[in-house]
Amino acid sequence: MRDLRDVWVYLSANPLLHLTLTLIAYRIGLAIYQRGGLNPMLNPVMIAVILLVSVLTMTGTSYQTYFEGAQFVHFLLGPATVALAVPLYRQLDAVKRSAAAVLASIAAGAATASITAVGVAYALGASRDTLVSLAPKSVTAPVAMGISEQLGGLPSLTAVLVMMTGILGAMLGPVIMNLMGIKNWAARGLAMGTTSHGIGTARAMQVNATAGAFAGLAMGINALATALLLPLVWRLVFGK
Amino acid sequence: MLHYLTILVCCQLAGELIVTALKMPLPGPVLGMAILFAGLVVNGGVPDDLGKVADGLLVNLSLLFVPAGTGIMLHTGLLSRDLVPIAVSIVVSTIATIAVTAAIMSALSPPQPDGKDGRDA
Repeated sequence: MRDLRDVWVYLSANPLLHLTLTLIAYRIGLAIYQRGGLNPMLNPVMIAVILLVSVLTMTGTSYQTYFEGAQFVHFLLGPATVALAVPLYRQLDAVKRSAAAVLASIAAGAATASITAVGVAYALGASRDTLVSLAPKSVTAPVAMGISEQLGGLPSLTAVLVMMTGILGAMLGPVIMNLMGIKNWAARGLAMGTTSHGIGTARAMQVNATAGAFAGLAMGINALATALLLPLVWRLVFGK
Repeated sequence: MLHYLTILVCCQLAGELIVTALKMPLPGPVLGMAILFAGLVVNGGVPDDLGKVADGLLVNLSLLFVPAGTGIMLHTGLLSRDLVPIAVSIVVSTIATIAVTAAIMSALSPPQPDGKDGRDA
């Protein structure tokens, strides 16, 4: 028994363990998602997060310890975001043809995201911290955290709300758009990227290249527009 | 391959530097995406190997959100304080945002050139 405990002490202090766990949890999530015919309700990020939180809680591992291993995966988000320029360029003609429609749709979507999120939470009596932290929830995490901080919210709470919105949008988006009879891939991708930033973009890209490119574009423009406009609007409405 | 991975990281670094120097309200990688995009426009095409590196990263884009998503375990206290407003707000707002964005884009878009119907899952 003592040997086993030594092995655990060694392993749990080694970043390799949590890097490996992250990859395995995702592989399991992906296998379930693929076995289910890419059903959006079986979102692989959600499955992996549930598995990891369960394992970390059961073994009493802190998020900080976990992140020492997982940071190697997390780091690749930067280069992957840059790489979104490639699918976007491949769709350059389609994007040019519909530039005005793209901007109008993203602007309307970005406004809807903030107004409905803050409005509903306000009506249900949420605290000011929660309201401010909810406002940028459809924006990609690093920008959303910056906006939240600027408005006096809690950046770490915003990060969690952003992840929840991303996963929920990736799950519900395809279902809602099927119900609405939206068949245009550009429109489907744009809605996923505007609502659910990178997680929605990842889902769109798994399904269709055009949808993926418009989703990546929407994520970028939504981040820019919300970062520039939300602080101004917030001061107009709430005074401070 | 390594050549193009280096280019991706250089674009990100350039983005980070410009954002920090000019105090822009953007994450460095998003500006890095704009820089690479401008480069592709100037170049007039996507080099094959750059396409392979980019596709390799983007095929696994979902995986890269797992570490940040697991951060939810840090905030159970904050979340439970305003659980109902947060849950209802996120669900309503997510549905509304999807519906509004998709409806406007769909109404303003020309018919799809390839004529293929979009419907997933």
